[in-house]
Amino acid sequence: MTRVVLIGLLVIVLFLGFTSVFTVDETEQVVITRLQKPVRKPITEPGINFKLPFVEKANYFPKYLMEWDGDPGELTTRDKTLIWVDTFARWRISDPLLYFKTVVNERGALSKLDDIVDSAVRNAITSHRLIESVRNANRSLDDRDSGMEEAISEWMPSTEIQFGREKITRMILDGARPKLAEFGIELVDVCIKRINYREEVQKAVFDRMIQERKQIAEKYRSEGRGESNKIVGQMEKELKRITSEAYRSAQEIKGKADAEAARLYAEAFSRDPEFYSFLNTLEGYRAAVDENTWLLLSTGSEFFRYFKDYAK
Amino acid sequence: MPFDRMEGRGGPFGSTPPSVDDILKKAGKIFKGGALAVVSAAAIGGLFLFILFFSYYTVGPNEVGVVQRFGKYVGQSGPGPHFMWPIIEKVTRVKVDYVDKEEFGFRTVRPDVRTDYAPGEAFLDESLMLTGDLNCAVVPWVVQFRVSDPYQYLFAVHEPRATLRDLSEAIMRQVVGDRSVNEVINNREEIAGATKTILQEALDDAHTGIRIENVELKTTMPPRPVQPSWNEVNQAEQEKEQMIWKAREEYNKAIPAARGEAEKAISEAEGYALDRVNRAQGDVQRFLSLWEEYRNAEDVTRRRLYVETMQAVLPKIKKKFIVDQDQKALLPLLNLEPAKDTP
Repeated sequence: MTRVVLIGLLVIVLFLGFTSVFTVDETEQVVITRLQKPVRKPITEPGINFKLPFVEKANYFPKYLMEWDGDPGELTTRDKTLIWVDTFARWRISDPLLYFKTVVNERGALSKLDDIVDSAVRNAITSHRLIESVRNANRSLDDRDSGMEEAISEWMPSTEIQFGREKITRMILDGARPKLAEFGIELVDVCIKRINYREEVQKAVFDRMIQERKQIAEKYRSEGRGESNKIVGQMEKELKRITSEAYRSAQEIKGKADAEAARLYAEAFSRDPEFYSFLNTLEGYRAAVDENTWLLLSTGSEFFRYFKDYAK
Repeated sequence: MPFDRMEGRGGPFGSTPPSVDDILKKAGKIFKGGALAVVSAAAIGGLFLFILFFSYYTVGPNEVGVVQRFGKYVGQSGPGPHFMWPIIEKVTRVKVDYVDKEEFGFRTVRPDVRTDYAPGEAFLDESLMLTGDLNCAVVPWVVQFRVSDPYQYLFAVHEPRATLRDLSEAIMRQVVGDRSVNEVINNREEIAGATKTILQEALDDAHTGIRIENVELKTTMPPRPVQPSWNEVNQAEQEKEQMIWKAREEYNKAIPAARGEAEKAISEAEGYALDRVNRAQGDVQRFLSLWEEYRNAEDVTRRRLYVETMQAVLPKIKKKFIVDQDQKALLPLLNLEPAKDTP
């Protein structure tokens, strides 16, 4: 009889033990409620814990960092470009009690995040130019062969930014954070994951890129022609220089030779100009006379001096 | 304990060789008096085995076991066999040395010598991004990582891998957003390096316990509809090079030839000069030699030269008229225009 009582007691003790002991994992935190009313401080330290059986209940909440995937959808930026934005945020339950009271569970929290963060993203994106959300810093872009000659690039849209992505996400965070704190939620950060053009805008952008490329291609071709012409021009110049220099040298050499010859002749002939003239004239006769020449000679001439009269 | 008691009794194989009757008797006794003992022995043995089975665990060579007692982290165990308290302790194995990867913009279907990739542009959403000059580029990449802090990896973030994916996408776009489309297509390594640094910082801030081993960009491209025009640019670049080479070729063809021509002209001039001077020297020498002799007998030489010349010249002339020096009326004798009649 006592045995049965003992076993009965043991069972009851064990049962009470199991219902009053609970463990908290590293990733969890617990709010204890007594008959639906939160009591005590929330338990954030992992380990073994106790509660009153039956009347108290352990409500588990995650302690780790959680993700929220935003869906702000299609937006128009301040410079009237239709884009599509994808964001995500990371958050954690900073005040489980407040969280438990206001949003109850994760689904409630996510819908609050949807409302608050999405609208903060929309506000921030639509009130800035597209470039502000794309770029982060005013790092100078290397558009070495963007094909824009100076005159054209003047009216290209500026890629300079005032704020940049980091500041814009900061604005989103600052806008949404206090509102979420009211729900015991700490918004750790918000990131812009993807920004893309809407399809029709994308087509226009692609067309622009194609045009730009075509322009660059033309630039290269024109550069090629220019460079080629330059080389041909240099070649022509070089040719003229070479031939004219050669002509000059040749003439100089010839001139010097002529001068030398003249000097030699003059030097020799000046010793007896009369004899030279005599010899030269005789040579001249040989050259000047041919078979069609008529010759009328008088017997008075030197050659026929003895023709008529042999006397002295 | 009943088990011990049973052992203590010696059992069927005692010191004295038992008869068959004895065995039967003893067996009957045991069965009668110790039924409860046998059952409890079996139960306790089973429990022991059960506890042993659930308290023994092994950790693989590239893993650590993260041990939690009542949910609280108490430590890590290295590779090899280990024991733990069943029920109250929990062990989670985490691969720490294993380098895992996440792919963006493409998926490996089956890694092999020639790896298969998922076909088509199914993952274009991940890799299509805006560049700093508001153009579009397709940037596929791989992030290789491993778990550096199992505690953080398990407990600090809900889904560390999902966090890694989201952060990678956001940061790659941030880096690409600050570069022109040209840089994105040509400076892949620089972009990978910048992304790796920023991504590691972000992962550390989030306490993911992940260390990035490598960020690698696959071939970055302009979007497909734009690609032909990019190829055209490459082609134009080639054409440019070609035109320049062609012009250089022409240059090289013409200039050395012209140089040769020039040398030739100069050599010719030099030849002319030599010729001219030599001839002059010859002429001069001849004249001087003659003159030397002439000076010895001026009159005779003069006459001789004159007559020699006449002898040479006169035979060449067909019509010769020798007229008396006293003849006055010469004209009537001559028909001065016979050239017209004679052929």
